[in-house]
Amino acid sequence: MDLLSILSNSFRGALGPEAAIYALAAVGLNMHFGYTGLLNFGQVGFMLVGAYGTAVPVVAWGLPLWVGILIGIACAIVLALLLGVPTLRLRGDYLAIATIAAAEVLRYIYRSEWAEPLTGGVFGITQFANDFYDLNPYSSRLDLGWLSFSPTALWVMTVGWGATFLACGLVALLIHSPWGRVLRSVREDEQAARSLGKNIFSYKMQSLIIGGVLGALAGSLMAINTQALTPDVFMPILTFYLWTIMILGGASRIMGPVVGAIVFWFLLTFLDSFLRQIIGDGLIGLESSDVGAIRFAAVGLGLMLLMMFRPAGLLGNQKELRLDVR
Amino acid sequence: MRARVTSLFAALLLAVMLAPGAAAVGAISSPPATAVGSIAVSQGDSAETTSPADGAESTAEPGESEEAAETLRGSIRGPDREPVPGLTITVTQDGTEVGTGTTNDNGQWEVPLPGPGTYSASLDPAELPEGVAPKEEGGEEVTGVIVRPGANQGVIFQLAATGDGEEGSAPAAGGITFLDRFLQLTVEGIKFGAIIAITAVGLSLVFGTTRLINFAHGEFVTFGAVMGYFLSVSPVNLPLIVAAVLAMLLTALLAGVMDLTVFRPMRRKSAGMIQQFIVAIGLALVIRHVLLVFFGSRRRGYDEYNLQTALDFGLFRITPRDLVVTILAFVIMGLVAFMLQRTRIGKAMRAVNDNEDLASASGINVQRVVLTVWVVGGALAGIGGVMFGLTQTVYTNMGFQLLLLMFAAVILGGLGNAYGAMLGALVIGLVSQYSTLWFPSSLQNMWALLVMILVLLFRPQGILGRRERVG
Amino acid sequence: MSGDQERHELEPDVLAERAELVDAEHDLGEQELSVGARRAAEALTGVAPEPGVAKPDAILVADGVVRQFGGLTAVDVEHLEVQRGTITALIGPNGAGKSTFFNLVSGFDSPTRGKWSFNGTDITQLAAHKIARRGMVRTFQLTKALMRLTTLENVMLGATGQGGESLWRAPLRFLWRAQERDNVTRAEELLERFNLTHMRDEFAGTMSGGQRKLLEMARALMVQPDLVMLDEPMAGVNPALTQSLLGHIQALRDEGVTIVLVEHDMDVIMSISDWVICFAEGRVIAEGRPDDIRRDRAVIDAYLGARRSLKEDPQ
Repeated sequence: MDLLSILSNSFRGALGPEAAIYALAAVGLNMHFGYTGLLNFGQVGFMLVGAYGTAVPVVAWGLPLWVGILIGIACAIVLALLLGVPTLRLRGDYLAIATIAAAEVLRYIYRSEWAEPLTGGVFGITQFANDFYDLNPYSSRLDLGWLSFSPTALWVMTVGWGATFLACGLVALLIHSPWGRVLRSVREDEQAARSLGKNIFSYKMQSLIIGGVLGALAGSLMAINTQALTPDVFMPILTFYLWTIMILGGASRIMGPVVGAIVFWFLLTFLDSFLRQIIGDGLIGLESSDVGAIRFAAVGLGLMLLMMFRPAGLLGNQKELRLDVR
Repeated sequence: MRARVTSLFAALLLAVMLAPGAAAVGAISSPPATAVGSIAVSQGDSAETTSPADGAESTAEPGESEEAAETLRGSIRGPDREPVPGLTITVTQDGTEVGTGTTNDNGQWEVPLPGPGTYSASLDPAELPEGVAPKEEGGEEVTGVIVRPGANQGVIFQLAATGDGEEGSAPAAGGITFLDRFLQLTVEGIKFGAIIAITAVGLSLVFGTTRLINFAHGEFVTFGAVMGYFLSVSPVNLPLIVAAVLAMLLTALLAGVMDLTVFRPMRRKSAGMIQQFIVAIGLALVIRHVLLVFFGSRRRGYDEYNLQTALDFGLFRITPRDLVVTILAFVIMGLVAFMLQRTRIGKAMRAVNDNEDLASASGINVQRVVLTVWVVGGALAGIGGVMFGLTQTVYTNMGFQLLLLMFAAVILGGLGNAYGAMLGALVIGLVSQYSTLWFPSSLQNMWALLVMILVLLFRPQGILGRRERVG
Repeated sequence: MSGDQERHELEPDVLAERAELVDAEHDLGEQELSVGARRAAEALTGVAPEPGVAKPDAILVADGVVRQFGGLTAVDVEHLEVQRGTITALIGPNGAGKSTFFNLVSGFDSPTRGKWSFNGTDITQLAAHKIARRGMVRTFQLTKALMRLTTLENVMLGATGQGGESLWRAPLRFLWRAQERDNVTRAEELLERFNLTHMRDEFAGTMSGGQRKLLEMARALMVQPDLVMLDEPMAGVNPALTQSLLGHIQALRDEGVTIVLVEHDMDVIMSISDWVICFAEGRVIAEGRPDDIRRDRAVIDAYLGARRSLKEDPQ
């Protein structure tokens, strides 16, 4: 067994483009759940519209990529409005079910034959982000000996982590303002906030839109990162990943999603590499095709244990969390 | 109290036991498991095939290597039921050739595909033996074959002896009116809805008694179906009926253990609802993917009752298996209703549902009622899983797909209302089937979910739910 | 944690508590009337003690308000007026429709039919938050402290017209810094007034039930309302704090704020109310000064029945 290569893989996973993308989406989710108390289980839907919003205009209409990204953001806003108007007036658990259902409905639509001229149906679309890679300032690999990144990965990482930290900064500014105070009061008790003259529907909608746009940006980056897009990337399980990341880092902590994403991807890649190595060495009676499934099961187990024994996550304040009576 | 549960099981068991006799009546010999959905048809009126209905989507998990790639396959037999070897089958997509295959000595062919999608398959009529031709005009090409991820989709070419094509084609095509399809889909919808109903009742009962949206409930369905599969194939080789009952009991056991080890301790620590909800999601992921390791990502069918001649009732056709499953589902629903209305445990469940504190104060052991609800819900999910696997196929994502429909049913009927869940499930079943009258069948689940979102918009309390008092 | 628990703990002391209350009422009765009480009494002289009577200067007027739940009529108020600058108590047995009426006029529930106006404008169709902004603020039967906000933040939330509450201005601190500073000053004054200064930076979730009641009142006052509606402010509060709460309520009235409060424990509020409206089965069955109500036949039948332990025998 080669521990060094496992560790090197794990660090690459923890800092790589995927971690940045998931962190960004989780920052949006943190806006929804951590600060507003919205049970959004359809964050993947925002990522989906963001990704396709970015890619489709480039492929189908030949527009530049940056226009695509703006269209992706616009799609997220429209989705937030469509989703929010019927469900934000309802109890939280309805929102959970409605969002997960809406994300699935979107996936069905994007992969359907109707949408095939634009989205490529189940086969998806490719090669739409050349504009992005043309701007790549890195020309050589980053090589630290045991850890190295390709120029393209470095470029996506720079933009991804840059966007994530910008988003964290924006969220911090917002949350520590009177606006954020109202948002947190909505999380604690909607009726009390209403009785003090706050339009809770409007605040929840604003939160849904902001978090959704961050999700859409993450979706755009995800599409750009792989240069290939199929609807089945956006399965509900991706949302559960984001929840695990958010809770692992600490919900309603500004840096929670960032810490969560890094630790999550470190552990996930570690487990993955470790399993593949011991399977390769014939130490365990599994096949390498099982690794994916075991990984998912491990995420589930981690989420369960986390929620049962340390629901405040790594950065959270256990005392504060105990005050949660819902 | 425990005696009541036992008697309920006995009743369910009895109902399940009644099934084989009826099911066996119309059963014809089962073909090898690999040929599900692909069978050669010699004459248009000779056999009705049961193809894996597309009630749910099988989907590859992202980032996971899919073990089974998609293929088109089939076997070609002439009007004399003899296999036709050496035929070239060409598969195209949007006019582009994807691949070709040649029938072997058993008349079987298979063409690997680049991925899921819509394909056409054609054979060259010139290669057909003397005196054999496609049964209908243009029958040498089958278009619009939808292939789902991981599926081995069967394609049927209908051949006939030259000359008798005319008489055979009349009933097969053209004669199907909108009304015929509507009636047929009504039957399908009721069947599908009834299966959703018995699984959704458990979800609704658990929600009613604990306010927990049990995300792992769908996985109980998968667990039941997969257990039924493993118990009915080698090395265990139990008859499916016995396997189904055991699967039901195992699922009940799983659900009970989960309540005792995971959720009861959390309730005791008075953990928040969201906390429990997320734990249930984690549990769902664990169960689904552990099953995936053992079961694999392919869809499989049960060995028994998987190819049957449909009974023709004039207005609609249904295979004996599906008929029995549907009737059984309604019997189970009746038993659940009986339990809720007449037995002490059922009344206790309703009492806890209405007002937990009050129930607790009047001497009801709430924790025990909740445990019973989990066990009964688990049993229903388990048997529902076997039924779903029987009428469609078994795959590890089935529970999650069904869970979304269960949510739709439960919301449609009114959150926490068991009868509402049953009614909602029938509506969902019908909606998903009727949608195929006008829209692609791959979108049928989508319409069901859209109906749910519409209900949330206009009547969030559901069909049978009551409006809540605010403040 | 909640008021319920406290109530349980108090059960054995109920008798002692009642005795204390009666004494306290004596004391209050013997005190000289406060400015506000005198003003209210003057304003209400000549108003006949009968249901639906018109007031000289009504701040809240309800007309034909009906709320049905299924077949059950929870509220059916023909006409009701609340005099400005008074403490008006809504009393009645459990399920009489007081809280539902509260929910209706504060915009938290919508009526089957009927309309009402506040400060002369019709607010029937108005959303709850808009009603609050117009100066009618309510509290809840089960105290709603915003648990994971600090005490100061809880109170700050009550301030209206905050520039920083708009999304566009929120990230630009310089736009709202001055206003925030003024609000902090005002909030600190309120904390001081309600003896909560020592909790300033603690999470409200760590407060005791009584402190939460005080916090809720402080928060409501931060809105600078004309009318405060208190839903059972004394429920689950110990006798000492009850006195303090009564004191605060009277002080508010003396400052010119109108108070409407719901209570089913009549003894507590008779002493401080200027006007009492009695509900039974959704209707207003009696109205009047506390002394009128004590003598009212309908009230005794509907409500006092078993509880004739008041000082004055209705005969």
